[in-house]
Amino acid sequence: MTRLMSGAKMVVQALKDQGVDTVFGYPGGAVLPIYDEVFQQNDIRHILVRHEQGAVHAAEGYARSTGKPGVALVTSGPGATNAVTGLTDALMDSIPIIVLTGQVPTFMIGSDAFQEADTVGITRPCTKHNWLVKDTAELSGIIHQAFHVATAGRPGPVLVDIPKDVQFASAEYMTKNKVKTNHYQPRTKGDLDQITALVEALETAERPVFYTGGGVINSGTSASQLLRELVEATQFPITSTLMGLGAYPASGKNWLGMLGMHGLYEANLVMHDCDLMINIGARFDDRITGRLDAFSPNSRKAHIDIDPSSINKVIRVDIPIIGDIAHVLEDLLNIWKARGRKTNSAALKSWWSEIEEWKKVRCLDFKPSAKTIKPQHALMRLEELTKNRKDRFICTEVGQHQMWAAQYLGFEDPNHWMTSGGLGTMGYGFPASIGVQMAHPEALVINVAGEASWLMNMQEMGTAVQYRLPVKQFILNNERLGMVRQWQELLHGERYSHSWSEALPDFVKLAEAFGAKGILCKDPDDLDDAIMEMLAYDGPVIFDCLVEKHENCFPMIPSGEPHNKMLLGEATTKDAIGSSGAVMV
Amino acid sequence: MSALKIKKGSSKHSAYNLRSNFGEENETHTLAVLVDNEAGVLARVIGLFSGRGYNIDSLTVAEVDHHGHLSRITIVTTGTPQVIEQIKAQLGRIVPVHEVHDLTVEGSSVERELALLKVDGKGEKRVEALRLADIFRAHVVDSTLKSFVFQITGTPDKVDAFADLMRPLGLSEIARTGVAALSRGGTEQTD
Repeated sequence: MTRLMSGAKMVVQALKDQGVDTVFGYPGGAVLPIYDEVFQQNDIRHILVRHEQGAVHAAEGYARSTGKPGVALVTSGPGATNAVTGLTDALMDSIPIIVLTGQVPTFMIGSDAFQEADTVGITRPCTKHNWLVKDTAELSGIIHQAFHVATAGRPGPVLVDIPKDVQFASAEYMTKNKVKTNHYQPRTKGDLDQITALVEALETAERPVFYTGGGVINSGTSASQLLRELVEATQFPITSTLMGLGAYPASGKNWLGMLGMHGLYEANLVMHDCDLMINIGARFDDRITGRLDAFSPNSRKAHIDIDPSSINKVIRVDIPIIGDIAHVLEDLLNIWKARGRKTNSAALKSWWSEIEEWKKVRCLDFKPSAKTIKPQHALMRLEELTKNRKDRFICTEVGQHQMWAAQYLGFEDPNHWMTSGGLGTMGYGFPASIGVQMAHPEALVINVAGEASWLMNMQEMGTAVQYRLPVKQFILNNERLGMVRQWQELLHGERYSHSWSEALPDFVKLAEAFGAKGILCKDPDDLDDAIMEMLAYDGPVIFDCLVEKHENCFPMIPSGEPHNKMLLGEATTKDAIGSSGAVMV
Repeated sequence: MSALKIKKGSSKHSAYNLRSNFGEENETHTLAVLVDNEAGVLARVIGLFSGRGYNIDSLTVAEVDHHGHLSRITIVTTGTPQVIEQIKAQLGRIVPVHEVHDLTVEGSSVERELALLKVDGKGEKRVEALRLADIFRAHVVDSTLKSFVFQITGTPDKVDAFADLMRPLGLSEIARTGVAALSRGGTEQTD
């Protein structure tokens, strides 16, 4: 049976066939035919954002919290260029999203037409792949391929650019299963010889550590399940990158906390002193490794990753395993069990007693205050008052608050933590929280924010109110660009160049202006009641939490230093960053 | 599997074929990359090199399988062994890339380049240019009373040497194709 339909109808039909229920978008001249089709159906819900960047971040939030690809629909020219930040963000953090852009009609391409931009040219370096569709007959096939590419192997963003005449013209619709997904079929099964080599290393290791990342989350919930089983079986310590939080529960007894630049003391020292490092779905990012020539100098390193280009990119590893985490961990567990479930338990015992000594440093302790709200304290109270909610999702913006959220909040499950790790996009969290809430209407969705980041996409309050999305914007307001200020203090002689805001809005009035609820809290004694008031309100809330203005984020590995040279507090910060470290970001 | 019957290479398993240590010395490698001949594919390959700061010493591209719409890109690049491995892995990640072959490590290969050189001159210099062209087996493909255009094929080194000799004899213009390369010997049928 052939089905003739317009390109615009194909777009909607293909999205339905791919199981899409929600699209985040913003209309414009070059996508009007598609919007006309969206209007005439009820299977796909369209969420009107207030800026195209918001649409892409919302799609990212949707994707991260569900494990399904997120979809955004924007117009040509400025619509497409506004999507670039979100695409780059998704590429850096391996988030599967499909962005559909309108384009001027094919016969006008290259003429500098109104709202024309070379969208595939601009987005080539910030997508996994992109397509300009020049013939309606190819459109449905390309959209199905786009879903395949976005989700297969290491996930990532893809973009399909659709000229307006292609949307109007008619052709035969290709169903999902008729489309060849071409040669792009990344391998998922790991090499068994390499996995066996890793098992042998596990059996004899004296000071092992699991170093896990976002790849575990991307591999699906079964990967997290297998990881938990592996940790339980071997009793090895486990740490995770920012992106991997939740794969292993924070309440698990082998959990060391996050590692890296603002990671926990014990996690970083374990990385430095280990003799076997098992990297599972992480990528030796510079926030993790610190100084490369002093990174974990005495360890053998294994690396499990689905992307061959991640292996040996930064750190040379001894046991590379290319494959999907869930597949590899399953094989790993089977081989380890078949060989007799051996570990070096005597050595592990003394390794753990060493770790217990490091934990006694209590690196997350901070100086409490009865007068002002310490940001760490605010997050500890938020954690205490919300940790029993299994349906709690946390988003963040980027900066000090993001690191404190990673340090002081506990993540028990994968897909419940949405943050911009690789690109570090201020303005990510608020639209992402909208995407999460759309996917989980009944859940408690909190965006831990700084006031500066939050203002970058504050227009999305309109979206939250329009769709009655009860997202909680928990703003730690220090009236500073806190992380910038911290670096200026450590690195630039306390010359605070443009790192504070003088004309901040009254956030309570701002909330009310949008038709939402605003809560101001500045007294530590009022904090619990104010948080309860936020949680009890059935609707979007801006929580303006006025915190200590000059609090710095510790622990910290200064740039250019190795893991065992951490700063633990204010007293240790003088001249902490040398001239070679100063050039690094 | 390959439409071009190229010996199966190491691209998909490059991480397993690492040499024992990463040297710091730069090496020059010739890569053959088989890609779908679709719009923008060359931009993807070149963008990868410029975006990640890799070198391109020479690049040639043409469709080699008109039926299957496959193009072969031959890239000569220079970098440390770690960078070369990374280039191959990154190329393998591009969706329209089918195969990546490192001809420098996959057994021996032949490399050839074609160049056209315009030499202006009169009298003794003109005779000398013809004599040298004969030694290099260059052909005269155009001549006037005051000029020759020579066509020479060979390795890049041979083309360089010929151009150096022609320079004092009145070399005024040169056009080079860049390197095309194939592995030596017959094709193993792997599947």
